[in-house]
Amino acid sequence: MNKAVNPYLTGYRTILAKEVRRFMRIWPQTILPPAITTALYFVIFGKLIGSRIGPVAGFGYIDYIVPGLILMAVISHSYANVVSSFYSTKFQRHIEELLIAPLPSWIILAGYVSGGVARGLVVGLVVTMVSAAFVELSVFHWPLVISVVLLTSILFAMAGFINAVFARTFDDISIIPTFVLTPLIYLGGVFYSVEMLPPFWQGVSLFNPMLYMVNALRYGMLGVSDIESGSALVIILVFIGLLGAAALWLLHKGVGIKS
Amino acid sequence: MIPALSVQGLKKTYATGVEALGGIDLRVEEGDFYALLGPNGAGKSTAIGIIASLVNKSAGRVAVFGHDLDSDWRAARRAIGIVPQEFNFNVFEPVEEILINQAGYYGIPRDKACQQAEKYLRELELWDKRRTQARDLSGGMKRRLMIARALVHEPRLLILDEPTAGVDLEIRHAMWEFLQCRNREGTTIILTTHYLEEAESLCRRIAVIHHGRIVEQGGMRELLAQTHGEYLVLNLSAELKLLPKLDGYHCELTDPHTLEVQIPTGAGLNPLFAALSAVGVEVLSMRNKHNRLEQVFLKLLRENHE
Repeated sequence: MNKAVNPYLTGYRTILAKEVRRFMRIWPQTILPPAITTALYFVIFGKLIGSRIGPVAGFGYIDYIVPGLILMAVISHSYANVVSSFYSTKFQRHIEELLIAPLPSWIILAGYVSGGVARGLVVGLVVTMVSAAFVELSVFHWPLVISVVLLTSILFAMAGFINAVFARTFDDISIIPTFVLTPLIYLGGVFYSVEMLPPFWQGVSLFNPMLYMVNALRYGMLGVSDIESGSALVIILVFIGLLGAAALWLLHKGVGIKS
Repeated sequence: MIPALSVQGLKKTYATGVEALGGIDLRVEEGDFYALLGPNGAGKSTAIGIIASLVNKSAGRVAVFGHDLDSDWRAARRAIGIVPQEFNFNVFEPVEEILINQAGYYGIPRDKACQQAEKYLRELELWDKRRTQARDLSGGMKRRLMIARALVHEPRLLILDEPTAGVDLEIRHAMWEFLQCRNREGTTIILTTHYLEEAESLCRRIAVIHHGRIVEQGGMRELLAQTHGEYLVLNLSAELKLLPKLDGYHCELTDPHTLEVQIPTGAGLNPLFAALSAVGVEVLSMRNKHNRLEQVFLKLLRENHE
């Protein structure tokens, strides 16, 4: 007996499978670099420099930076996957394959965001495995770890989607990651505790959303944080709601993809 | 009877202020083979873009087999297959995967999608290339791939925007045969083309669009009957120094061996040859100066020139 399959579910699975195949096919560009970069971070910041830095919040420096390094990889790869894939789809005009099909905008968005999340999680897993070669990993609060990684990945996949919608050239898809995302991540407490900063810069740091995400994961893994974890989850959820609504509106109106 | 395509008052003004469509009405009956003709920039591709949901309309209504493109867009889109003018597939994907993905977007499960992809790749003689990346196909193969992709969800209305542009004669004729076969099997086809002999030989009904407006539409036969005659170009066996006097025919000697004669609509060729024999003119060969549809097309454009 044939089981009726929801056409939307089939459409969603098709987009997701295509996205996963795409980043797996070019794994030397998508999966391998973060493994090497993370290993270098551990050698330089963890072993060489970290050994000269005293404990931070009761943990060795190398242990302290692990959550931030994992989340940094998840954020940048979730974002990069969607922004490059959706922009290429626009650039080569095969976005038209989706626009002519009986697919609602939310399925298209869900497919691309899930593709970004899939890459973010695969890269996050790779970075975690590399970390395990240098430190003994621990998890203080599993549900928090899973929800922070997943929600952060969704959030930045959506941000990548919006970037791709507005992008008109290949330069436009690298401007935000280079000039906005990377500084925010580096200044978001990946390599330090905000308590190490002068009071003024501690206050400024509170406006950096990355600080909340990095610290929420740090709390989930190590049980220490500069920020209260509940507020971090609320902030992530609010941003997901805002960016999701914006992305759907842009798709519905055809901004950047229809004339 | 519900038409395959109904377009009413369709308007499009781009953000630049350019009016591409000034309010067009079209009605294409189910089973028809319909030509949408017009010079470059007339608005054909804009009209097709709106029907395909690729361009936002400024005003008007489009319905496909009675399904409104705004309120019942899922059913309307499911009924349409589009072959665009420009290649718009992922050039890095294998041919077969492009079709399977497209079927997936239409909600066709993967096992069924694989069967559909095989069916159309075989019909369009691309099965041997199924594992080839699309960028490695020849121009003709890419055109056929776009037709296969448009058919993979078995649409009832197939719209082709210049499908034979840049395709060699042999492939073009094979594509004509394929499209005629699809049409006989019940698929309604709308075609835009700059090859007017293509439209004349394939299509039963026609609309001519110019400056964003429909300037003529109707049956191909009725439209061709508007011609005041045909121009024949006669290749003569002997040199002529003077224009021969042929009663009832307008003649022009373009060179000593070439005579152009206008034949009134409905007049046969026998009287012409009798008249030529009577004045001692021997004809070696002949050809049409213009395709008949070309004459009508050019006349319409001249009449509607702004």
